[in-house]
Amino acid sequence: MHSILEAIRAAVGLIASGDATLGEIVLLSLGVSLSAVALATLLGLPLGAAIAVGRFPGRRAIIVLLNALMGLPPVVVGLVVYLLLSRAGPLGDLGLLFTPGAMVIAQTILILPIIAALSRQSVDDAWREYEEQLRSLGSEGAGAALTVLAGLGRASAEVGAVMIVGGNIDGVTRVMTTTIALETSKGDLPLALGLGIVLIAIILALNAAAYLVKEAAQRRYG
Amino acid sequence: MILPFALQEVTYLEIIRKLSLEIIPGPATIVLGANGAGKSVLLRLMHGLLRPTSGAVRWSGDNPARKQAMVFQKPVMLRRSALDNVRYALELAGSRDPSAEALAALKEVGLAALALRPARVLSGGEQQRLALARAWALHPEVLFLDEPTASLDPSATREIEAVIRAFDSAGTKIVMATHNLGQARRLGDEVLYLHQGRVLERGPVEAFFTRPATPEAAAFIKGELPWV
Repeated sequence: MHSILEAIRAAVGLIASGDATLGEIVLLSLGVSLSAVALATLLGLPLGAAIAVGRFPGRRAIIVLLNALMGLPPVVVGLVVYLLLSRAGPLGDLGLLFTPGAMVIAQTILILPIIAALSRQSVDDAWREYEEQLRSLGSEGAGAALTVLAGLGRASAEVGAVMIVGGNIDGVTRVMTTTIALETSKGDLPLALGLGIVLIAIILALNAAAYLVKEAAQRRYG
Repeated sequence: MILPFALQEVTYLEIIRKLSLEIIPGPATIVLGANGAGKSVLLRLMHGLLRPTSGAVRWSGDNPARKQAMVFQKPVMLRRSALDNVRYALELAGSRDPSAEALAALKEVGLAALALRPARVLSGGEQQRLALARAWALHPEVLFLDEPTASLDPSATREIEAVIRAFDSAGTKIVMATHNLGQARRLGDEVLYLHQGRVLERGPVEAFFTRPATPEAAAFIKGELPWV
């Protein structure tokens, strides 16, 4: 009991004094996950909207696949990215292995299905409501998909919230929890605990931000 | 002119059966019939939102889709301001000054003061007037209306009817499905009475209500009137 209190005190001290190692780890985690979320959003939103509005053979299979990929095991993704980026791998020449760049790639692969599947669902729902009116006005295909996407308002805020929370926390926790496990096994309990406290604070802040964004969108767009 | 247009032996699933008719410019056409008679489907077939299972819809002029508009029972509003909802339709139609035209259309339906409000927080009546403004901005030759006042109170209904009259006065051909027989008499010139996917009667409004030719239409008028 005594040693736990000791460690907590030391951890708080680390945070309060702005310890450099701690700050570096936190910044790296946030940087990696923010980049991955941005990248996955750029790809996932239009992809989800296209699948929702488009009518093509194999559409249902793709939807099932997308939903299944939301549960992609991180270890498998890590392994695949490792094989791709390793010296002998097809992308080995890029020299990305063991760099933040590789982490961003792996995170993006993990988050992309979440964003694509959720935006597909949201656009699908909205499309049901809008389809006749948009077709009556002469809007079809990609233009219609963009209109629905742009007009989503609350739904896009919800997708955004999930992106921020799901994507970021995934990213942050993966980097920080690895470090926490490592530091614990090395016996540096204050650093591990300090990271844990920061991690919980980040999760709280992200959830609060997501909630506020959603509320504001609800007021603004009805 | 895209009018007159004609349905040639149009069939849609089991709902519309081998229906042939011609719609000419001028008189406001009211489509009447019980629930499930095929009124909404008929309007959608005419407007091109549904493709006939067999048969065809033939318009007179070029590019008919651009010269018609439709207003639905439940107004469909994009999540943006009232003005932007109208402007969006104008932009799709290739308007050169969408903002000014959109504002003019809002004035026409008495919504200019609410131009910058988010469309989806407007009342039901206001949303339907906005849907009419969106149609007004396009200056359609034909306006299809599918029970536009079905879920509105009497005062909102009066406002909607005033706008529909303005369309009629401006020379737009009105084709409207309604359940409100009083409204059919107020706004209509001719009645299409639909029963189980077929046109049972067609004629001037007053003749239809005072001297229905078929027992089905007589029963329909008798059954519906108490709720007008």
